[in-house]
Amino acid sequence: MTSADQIVALGHVSYDMAHLIGAVILMMSFGLLYQRRLTAVIRLYSFQAMVLALAAAWQAFVQDAPHLYASALIALLFKGIAVPFALNWLVRRLGIHRTVETALGIGPTMIAGVGLVALSIVLVLPVTASAAAMTRENLALAMSVVLLGLLMMITRRNAVTQVVGFMSLENGLILAAVGARGMPLVVEISIAFSVLVAMALFGIFFFRIRERFDSLDIAYLETFRGERR
Amino acid sequence: MTAFFFGLLHTVLVLAVAPLLTGLVRLPKARLQGRQGAPAIQPYRDLWRLLQKESVIADSASWLFRIAPYLVFVSVWLAATIMPTFTTDMIMTPAADLIALVALLGTARFFTALAGLDTGTPFGGLGSSREMFVASIGEPAMLMVIFSLSLLTHTTSPANMIAYVTGGHIGIEVSAGLALVAMVMVAIAENGRIPIDNPATHLELTMIHEAMVLEYSGRHLALMEAAAMVRLLLFMSIISSLFFPWGMAFVDDGVAGVALGLLAWLAKVSALAMVLGFFESLVAKMRVFRIADFLGGALLLALLATIFLYVSEAV
Amino acid sequence: MIIGTVLGGFLCLGVLGLLGSSLAATHRLIYAGCLVLAATATGDGLFHMIRYGQEAVPAVVLPFGLPWLKAHFRLDSLSAFFLVAVNFPAALASLFGIAYGSHVPEPRRVTPLFPLFLFAMNGVLVADDAFVFLVSWEAMSLSSWLLVLSNHTDAAARRAGLVYLVMAVFGTFCLLSAFGLLAGPTGAFDFAAMRVAKLSPLATSLVVLLAILGTGSKAGLVPLHAWLPLAHPAAPSHVSALMSGVMTKVAIYGLIRLLYDLRGAVGWEWGFLMMVLGAAAAALGVLYALMQRDLKTLLAYSTVENVGIIFIALGLAIAFRDHGEVALSALSMVAALYHVVNHALFKSLLFLGSGAVMMATGERDLDRLGGLLNRMPVTGVCFLVGACAISALPPLNGFVSEWLVFQSLFKGPTVAHWAMRFGVPVVGVAMALAAAFAATCFVRAFGVAFLGRPRSDAARAAREVPWPMLAAMAVPAVFCLCLGVFPVMVTTGIATVVEPLVHVVLPAAVLGWPWLSPVSLTAGSYSATMVLLSGAGLMITTLLLVRHLGTRAIRRAPVWDCGHQEDIANAQYSADSFSQPLRRVFGQVVFRAREEVEMPPPGSTAPARFTLFITDPLWTGLYLGLQRVIDAIADRVNHLQFQTVRRYLLMMFLTLVLLLLVVAVRQQ
Repeated sequence: MTSADQIVALGHVSYDMAHLIGAVILMMSFGLLYQRRLTAVIRLYSFQAMVLALAAAWQAFVQDAPHLYASALIALLFKGIAVPFALNWLVRRLGIHRTVETALGIGPTMIAGVGLVALSIVLVLPVTASAAAMTRENLALAMSVVLLGLLMMITRRNAVTQVVGFMSLENGLILAAVGARGMPLVVEISIAFSVLVAMALFGIFFFRIRERFDSLDIAYLETFRGERR
Repeated sequence: MTAFFFGLLHTVLVLAVAPLLTGLVRLPKARLQGRQGAPAIQPYRDLWRLLQKESVIADSASWLFRIAPYLVFVSVWLAATIMPTFTTDMIMTPAADLIALVALLGTARFFTALAGLDTGTPFGGLGSSREMFVASIGEPAMLMVIFSLSLLTHTTSPANMIAYVTGGHIGIEVSAGLALVAMVMVAIAENGRIPIDNPATHLELTMIHEAMVLEYSGRHLALMEAAAMVRLLLFMSIISSLFFPWGMAFVDDGVAGVALGLLAWLAKVSALAMVLGFFESLVAKMRVFRIADFLGGALLLALLATIFLYVSEAV
Repeated sequence: MIIGTVLGGFLCLGVLGLLGSSLAATHRLIYAGCLVLAATATGDGLFHMIRYGQEAVPAVVLPFGLPWLKAHFRLDSLSAFFLVAVNFPAALASLFGIAYGSHVPEPRRVTPLFPLFLFAMNGVLVADDAFVFLVSWEAMSLSSWLLVLSNHTDAAARRAGLVYLVMAVFGTFCLLSAFGLLAGPTGAFDFAAMRVAKLSPLATSLVVLLAILGTGSKAGLVPLHAWLPLAHPAAPSHVSALMSGVMTKVAIYGLIRLLYDLRGAVGWEWGFLMMVLGAAAAALGVLYALMQRDLKTLLAYSTVENVGIIFIALGLAIAFRDHGEVALSALSMVAALYHVVNHALFKSLLFLGSGAVMMATGERDLDRLGGLLNRMPVTGVCFLVGACAISALPPLNGFVSEWLVFQSLFKGPTVAHWAMRFGVPVVGVAMALAAAFAATCFVRAFGVAFLGRPRSDAARAAREVPWPMLAAMAVPAVFCLCLGVFPVMVTTGIATVVEPLVHVVLPAAVLGWPWLSPVSLTAGSYSATMVLLSGAGLMITTLLLVRHLGTRAIRRAPVWDCGHQEDIANAQYSADSFSQPLRRVFGQVVFRAREEVEMPPPGSTAPARFTLFITDPLWTGLYLGLQRVIDAIADRVNHLQFQTVRRYLLMMFLTLVLLLLVVAVRQQ
C-alpha cells in the first residue's frame, strides 16, 4: 500500500483532528503573547505542552507508530509537568515581579503575530505545492508556532518569559516532527534531553544574573556589555 | 406557505423563550454562589412587573428618549427573526443576511447609546461612550467571522450557510474553530457578560450597559431588558445554528423534522446558557481598557481564520 | 442642448453677482437661479441616463479654446450619472443658500462665486477633451479656493487657503502630466483619440499613478488628505456641503474617466494600491473624525473615510477586471457609484445641518452645544436621519452601498494572487473598523450636539431656522430613506452606467424587485423593503403588546442619576470624554495624543484645566518633512542669486553647451 492510498484509507477525519489540535497549540501561542501575568504564562505553557502530547498520541494512533506514544509521554512528563514546575519554583524562589514586562505592547505584538502566521502560510504554500493539503496545514501551523515563540522571546523583557518563548518554539518543532512520517525516536529524545539541559543552564544563569543585577530584566545585560548608548 | 407559518412561529418563539434563557443563565450562577436562586421563570415576572409600573422620564430628556426603547427592541427582535434556529424554511431568511443582521444590532446599539446621552447625565454618557467603544472593536470582529465563514461556504446568508455545512461539503476546519472562538468572544462582549461587563452590577464606575439604561423605568425599561434578553438568545442561536447545526430542519422536512429541530434548538441553547452561567462564575471582570486587547484578539483570530482557509484549499 | 443653457446660465448668474451684489435681493435671486439651473441639470442628467443606456453619444464641437483644437463636449451615461450626483445636492445647497446666503460673514465674497463654482464642476463633467477638462478643473479649484478664503480675516482660513492652493496646484500638475502622456507626441487632446492611443507599459503605469495622485488629492485620499479638513470647514456651510459632498465626486468622476474609459486595461496591482490607500483613508479618516470637537471638521474627516470606501470598491473593480471576473467587477463599480450618490446626499445633508446649527447658535464647537433636538426639532430629525444613513444603519441608503462593498470585498479572494488573498482580509478589517467607528463618531456628534442639556447660553437660546433651509435638509433626508428602501431601482440604473465601462450588465434583481442579490442566487441577499415592512409589523405588535399588557402612565421628574442630581450642564459627558476610550487605545499610536491635566493646589480657587493635543503624524512627517527638504534646497539655490557677473556668464555658457550636446546626441 502506498502512502497516498493510506491517506485516502485513513480518511479526512484523522487529519482534521490533527489540524484542530495543531490549531489549539497555535491559539495557545497567541495566548502566551496575550497574557500579562507570569504564573498564567507558565500555566498556559504547561497546557500547550499537554496538548502537544495529545497531538503526538493522536499521530501515534493514526500512523500506527508506537514510538510516538513515547514522544507523547516525554512531552507530557517533561514539558507539561516538570518544566512548568521548575519555572514556578524559580519564580517563587527568586521573588520575581509577577507581571510580564513587555518591550512591545500587547496589541502590536498580536498584530505582528498574525503577520508572522500569514508569512509562514505564504512560505509553506509554494514549498509544499506538490504535497497534499494535509501536510501543508500541519507545516504552516508548526512554523507559526515556532515564529510566535521567537516573537515572544524578542518582545518580552523578563528572562523567565524568554525561556517560556524558547520552550514554546521547541513545541513547534516537535509538532512538525510528529506530523512528518518516519522521524526516529532518538531525535526526539535527544531534543527533549537538550531542552532539559538548557532548562538547568537557564536556572543557574538566572541566579547568576540576579546576584549581579538584582533583576531579571535582560536590559541590564546590555549595559554590562556596554551595548547601551 | 409553510415558510410563512414557520417564520411566524419562530418570531413568536424567540420572544417567548428569551426570558426563560436569561433565567436559566442565572441558575448555575446562584448555585455556585451557594444560593438557591430565583426560579428560571423570574425574568417573566420582572418584565410583567415593569410593564405595570408608570414610566418616570427625566425633565431634560427629549422625545428620542421615549421612542428609543421601541426602536431598540424592534431592531433586536427583527434581527432575531432573520437567524434560522430550528428550521431554515422561514419567510424572513432571504430578506437579510448576516451582514444585515450585524447592522440591525448596530441600529439597536446606536439608539441605546443616544438614549444614554439624552438625559444629560454623567452616567448615561459614560455608558454610551463605553458601549460604543466595545462595539467599535466587537462589530468588526463579528464581520470578520462572517467573512471567513462566507469564504468557507460561498454565501453570507445564514440559511444557505447552514445548508452548506450540513451538506457535508466541509469537515472539521481549523478556520471554523478559530472563527468559533472569535464568535464566542464577540458574543460575550455584545451581550455585556463577564468578563466585559456585568449584567448584575450597579457599581457606578464598572457598568457599561446598565449605565446607559439607568434613567429608564416602567415599560420603557421592560422593553430595554427584553431587548437584552432577545439579544442573548440571538447570539446563542447564531453560535448553535452556524457551528453546531445538528438536528435543524430544511425546506422539505415535514412537521416531524421541524419538531425535532425545535427540540434540538432548545436543548442547544439551554446547554449554552448553563455553560455561560458556569463560565461567568469562574472568571473576574476585566478592566475597561483591557477590553480592547480582548476584542482585538477576537478580531485577529477572525482574520487568522480567514487566512488559514488558503492553506486548506477550501477556497 | 439643455446642459449648455445651464452652463451659460451659471456664468450669467456669476456675472450678475459680481455686478449687483450689494443688494440683499440680488443674493436671493442668484441662489434661486442656481436652484432652478441645478434642478434642470439634474433632470437632464436623469433623462440622458435613461435614454443613452449604451448607444454612442455624439460629441459637440464648439469653435473656441486652443486654435488647433476646438472645444469638445459630450454627455454619455457616465457624465449624465455624475450630473445627477452633482446637481441634485447643488440644488439643495442653493435652496439652503436662499435663506442662509446673507448670514455668512462676507456674503459679497460668496454669492458671485457660488454659480461659478457650479459652472466649473459641470464643465468638468461634460468635457470631451483634455483642455476643457483641465480648464474647468482649474476653475473649480480656484473658485472653491476663493470661497474658502471668503472669511479672510480668520487666520485659520488663510492657512487653509494656502495649503489648499498648494495641493490643488499639485493635483492639476499630476492630471496635466497624465493627459500629456495620454495625448502622446502628436498632441491629440480629445478623448476619442486618447481612447485608441497606444501607450508603452511604462507610460501606462505613469498615467495611472498620476491619475490616482491627481484625483486622489482632490478627493482627499490618504496621504493627500491634509488640506481637506482645513479647507472644507473654512467655507460657508452650504459651500462646504458642495465641496465635501460634490467636489470630491467630481474628482472620482475624473478617476473613473481616466482609468476605466480612457485607459481600458489597467493591471490589478493598481487596483490593489487603490484598495490599500482606500482602506487607510477609511480607517484613519474616521478615527480623526472621532477626535474632532469642531462639528464641520468632523464632517470633513468623515468625507475622507467615505472617499476611502469608494476607492476600495473602485480598486476591487480594477483587480476583478484584470482577472477576468467581469461580473464581480461590475458589482464593485455599482457599489462604488451607489456610495457616490449616497455620500453626496447625506454629506450635503449633514453639512447643511451644521450650517443650520451655526445660524441658530453661532457655535460649531460640540462642547458648547447640546439639547438642540428640543429647540430645533426639524433640523434635529434631518440631522439624525443623515447620521443614521452615514453610520450605515438599515433601512437607510448608506447601509445598501456598504453592504454591496462588503459583498464584493468578500469575493476578493477569488482573485488568485497571494497579495490579493492576504490583502483583502486586511482591507476587510479596515473597512469593518471604519464602519463601526463611523457609528461611534455619529452617535457622538448627534448625541453631544442635539441631546442632553445645553452647554452654553447660545445653545439654550437656539431657534429653528427658516423654511428654505429646512426644506433643503428634509428633501435629502427623504431621499436617504427612498434610496435605502428601493435599492434595486438604483442598482439597475447604475448598471446601465457601468455597462459601457466593464461590458457586462449586473444581474441585479434575480429574486425579483425587492431583493438585492448581486453575486448569485444563494450568495446572500438583502431586501430593504421586506426589512422595513416586517420591522413596521413588529413595531405595531410591540406597541399593541405594551399597550394591552402594561400601563400608559408617564411622569416627568428631575433626572435621577444615581441620586447625584448635579444641575451643572458641564457635568455631562462632553465630546472629548466620549471619545476618550478609543483615544486611549488608538490615540498614542495614530495621533500621538497627549493629555495635560493642570490641577490647582488644595485650597486654590483656580479652575483645573484639561488640555488635549492631537497631531496628525502624516502632516508632521510627510508634509512638514517635505517642506523642510524644499526649504533646504531653496537655501542652496538661493546662493546662485549672489554671484559675480562672470560666474553668471559661465553658467549660461555651460547650459548652452549642454543643450547643444543634447541636440547633437539626439540627432545621431
